[in-house]
Order: sequence, then structure tokens, then C-alpha cells
Amino acid sequence: MKTVKPIVETEQEIIEEFGLFDSWDEKYEYIIDLGKKLPTLDEEYKQDENRVRGCQSTVWLVAFYHDGQVTFKADSDAVIVKGLISMLIRVLSGHSPDEIINAPLGFIDSIGMTSHLAQTRSNGLLAMVRQMKHYALAFKLKHQSAAT
Amino acid sequence: MIDAQTIQSRFDIDHIRSQFPILSREVKGKPLVYFDNAATSQKPRQVIDALVHYYSYQNANIHRGIHSLAEEATAAFEDTRDEVKRFINAAHREEIIFTRGATEGINLVAYTWGRQNISAGDEIIISAMEHHSNIVPWQLLCEEKGALLRVIPVTGKGELDMDAFRKMLTGKTKLVAVVHVSNALGTVNPAREIITLAHEAGALVLLDGAQSTVHLDIDVQELNVDFFVFSGHKIYGPTGAGVLYGKKHLLEEMPVFLGGGEMIKEVSFEGTTYNELPYKYEAGTPNIADTVALKAALEFIRHTGKENIRRHENELLAYATEKLEQIPGVRIIGTAKEKISVISFVIDKVHPQDVGILLDNRGVAVRTGHHCAQPLMDIFCIPGTIRASFAMYNTKEEIDEMITGVQRAIKLLS
Repeated sequence: MKTVKPIVETEQEIIEEFGLFDSWDEKYEYIIDLGKKLPTLDEEYKQDENRVRGCQSTVWLVAFYHDGQVTFKADSDAVIVKGLISMLIRVLSGHSPDEIINAPLGFIDSIGMTSHLAQTRSNGLLAMVRQMKHYALAFKLKHQSAAT
Repeated sequence: MIDAQTIQSRFDIDHIRSQFPILSREVKGKPLVYFDNAATSQKPRQVIDALVHYYSYQNANIHRGIHSLAEEATAAFEDTRDEVKRFINAAHREEIIFTRGATEGINLVAYTWGRQNISAGDEIIISAMEHHSNIVPWQLLCEEKGALLRVIPVTGKGELDMDAFRKMLTGKTKLVAVVHVSNALGTVNPAREIITLAHEAGALVLLDGAQSTVHLDIDVQELNVDFFVFSGHKIYGPTGAGVLYGKKHLLEEMPVFLGGGEMIKEVSFEGTTYNELPYKYEAGTPNIADTVALKAALEFIRHTGKENIRRHENELLAYATEKLEQIPGVRIIGTAKEKISVISFVIDKVHPQDVGILLDNRGVAVRTGHHCAQPLMDIFCIPGTIRASFAMYNTKEEIDEMITGVQRAIKLLS
């Protein structure tokens, strides 16, 4: 099994990276850059079933399960959302369903992106986080029941 | 006689801005630039004071108590009805029904007049630029009654296809329900012509004035419109206080809507007789405070002068259009000849949401998305737009701030 950094450690890394920025402009510049760098999702995954509801932009999310680990791939037609997704993937991908379900994800608040979690219908980050945790839970239930 | 110069000089932008307390706050460390007025407008001090005054000195339930407070509260509430009557030039005060907003007014007509008058095979005409509030109630009605919902197409400029509308009108048409001014495009529809044509075909007309009432002079008698709705919160008034205007004979013939207190004359378990207009449609304790404060908003507009406000807003729209057109990659959605106060645009290869977030970061509040008019967005083959909508307190300097923000966003995002 491939070892990945504990979730809280990656969260801490991101908090420190954001600590280097003086202004909101710089934060957004960084997030936009992350969004541009996130590989585009293969067209075959851009199906309605993989769309995350509750986003003003279109967001696709796919999850894979292998050897007890969940990996995520995602895409969006909006760059800032894509940048935020990129951070979530960096934090959560490669972990076990339990680790993902219990991930605190306090970094979102610490880097000042809480507003993107607001229930304003237009923001997709909350829907995104929920969907990632749902996938983890689904994999957990599926593989638990397979084991018993 | 007051000459034009005097009227113009009365429109002092600094003075106007000073009456809106929220305009002095900051967002993300920058002065607030509020360009989401089509969603809701900010409130002047007079409206806020009226709310505070009502709760501090007049609060009582209306139309029933014989004590002084109840009389005062009732008078304040009914004063708003007179002010609204004047504001839209209704013939009778009982033609003014208080609702929560435009949406409730449309639903009221759909559930009462609609259920009484629409049968299988009848047709209701709406347009492709309707807000969801003027689509869904009619869809529900048509489904229930087996009636047909027909949609006036919109041209590439964002205008109603009037030729198509003329052809749609037949003896089957029972109602035409259209928006007066489009919230997503700013198009001013030819209300007078629509109403005349519909009446010639024997149909009634409901005009959704949610966006128009704050900008245009509304004269329901001159328009000869059958139903007219608007929301208080979009005309500098409080949320939850809106108006349905209906011609008296129509309102009298229509069945009741919500049952409860206030709307009854006599109640017994054998049967109930209903109160007269307008109380017939105002069941339960109404939103007294907000309705009372709505009067302050209407007076504020009257004193400032709609003509003055319109002149200022038209200047802002022309300025914003000119500036946006100069930015490469920007495409304005909705280029109708008659437009007011709203500018919607898209940018090549840039998602509206990203621009909205970056503008917010500079303190500029715009709306991004489909503006609750998804079918309209589908016509233009876009997921949504960036929309700036102006009010009397906006300035050209604020537009400059938005333009700088848009330019910077394009640089960052592409």
C-alpha cells in the first residue's frame, strides 16, 4: 500500500503556503494557478451522473477505490472552483474511506475560504466536500459488506 | 412651474448616497460597490427609520382593535395602500392587494382567477424571457387544467418576437403573462402594444413589474393592464411587502385565495361569507411593519423624481455599455433598443462565476449565473452571465472600479 501524508499534515502545509500571501489577490492568483494546473478530466467521465449538484459552475467528480484507498479526479468549467477542488484532492486523495469521512478540513477556514462553503447555492465547495465524503462512505459500506 | 434645470439640480448624487447607510460600509477592505440592484435594492434611511418607528411607537394588530394603537397602526397600513394607488395610478384603492412580493401576486392570480377561468384546451402565453416566478405558476395551472402554455420567442437582441406573438394570439388565448422589464437582460417590453393585442384577442394580461416599477412611470389605467405585480424590496422598500394590482371587477369576481382571519365577513360552521376588497385577499395578520415602511420608499422615489432617477440610470447604463464594449472578449447579452438599468455580459473562455468571485474580492457586488431565467440562458447558449444592475445611488466611478476589476479578472483567468 502506497503511503501518503496524513490528512492533517497536508492541511497544515496548505495553511503555511497561504500564510506567505499578503493579499487576497495573491491568494486568488494562487488558486487560479492551481485550477489551471489540475489535469482535465477525460471526456468519458464528464457524464451527468458525475456532476456535483449545487454548483453555479459545472463540476464533475469521480472516485476510484483500490487497495483500501480512495482516489479522486475532478474538473470544472470555472477555474477558481477547480483550484479549490485541486486542494481538496491534494488533501483527501489516496486515503482510506474512514480517514476521508473523518477529515476535519479545517484548512478551508484557516486560509479564509470559508465563504466558499456558505450555503448560497452559487458556491460549490460544500457540495463538493459532501460528495467526496459520500463516495468514501459508499466505498466503505460496499467493501465492508463484501468482507462479511 | 418647475423648469428642467431645477429638477435636475435636485438630483444630488452625494446627497442621495448619504441617505443609504449601507453604502458607507466596506467589503473585503474596499468600499462597497453594489451592482446587484435587480436582485434587491438597498434601503434609504427613511425606510429603515419607518420600520424602527413602527415597532417603537405604533405596533398593534390592525383592522380589529378599537384602541388607539390599533387605529394608528391600521391608518399607517392603509396609508401605504393610498400611496401605492397613487404610485401606479390605480382607479380604486381596493384594487391594491398586499402580498409578500411579485411571486405571491402571480401565484394568487394563478390559483384564483386561473382555476376559475382556465379549462382544457385553453392557452396561456408567457415569454422566453420570464423569470421562473412567471413560468412555474402557469405551468402548474396548465398541467392541472389540461391547458397549453405557449412561449413568445426572444430574438438575438433580446427582444420579444412580436410577429410570433401576434400569430400566437387566438380565441383560445385566455391570458398573456409577461415581464415588463427583463431581469436578466434589461429589455423593456412594449407593454402597451402587448396589452392592446391581447385584449383584441379577448385575453387578459398580467404584467410582471418586479423590475420595471422602480424605473418606469407605471400607470395601470393608461396601460389598461388587468393584473400588475411588484415587490417592495426592489424599489428601495422592505422585503416581504409586495403588491398585486387587479382591475376591481376581476378581483370581485375571482374566488378567494387563502382562508383565515381578516378575509371573512361572517364565519359559522354552516358557511362563511367573505370580506370585501381588498381584505378578501389578505387573510391573517399581514406584514404590517414592512408594508407601513413601503410607503416611505415610495415617497422617497416620488420626492427624488422618477424622471431624475431614470436620467441618471440611463447615463450609467450607456457609460457601462461603452466601457465594456471596449474590452476585448466581452460580449453583451441583450442589446435591445429599449433597455434600462441592467447590463448582462459574458467573456470569452472565462466563467462568469470566476469573474464574480474576483469582483467581490474588490468589493464589487454583481450577480452571476442564470438569474432564475434558465430557459433564456439556453436561447443564448450560455450557462449564465455576469450582470450589473444599477440604482439611483450608483456612480460612474463605481463602474470604473468594475471595469478595472473585469480587466484584471480577464488577465488572471485567461
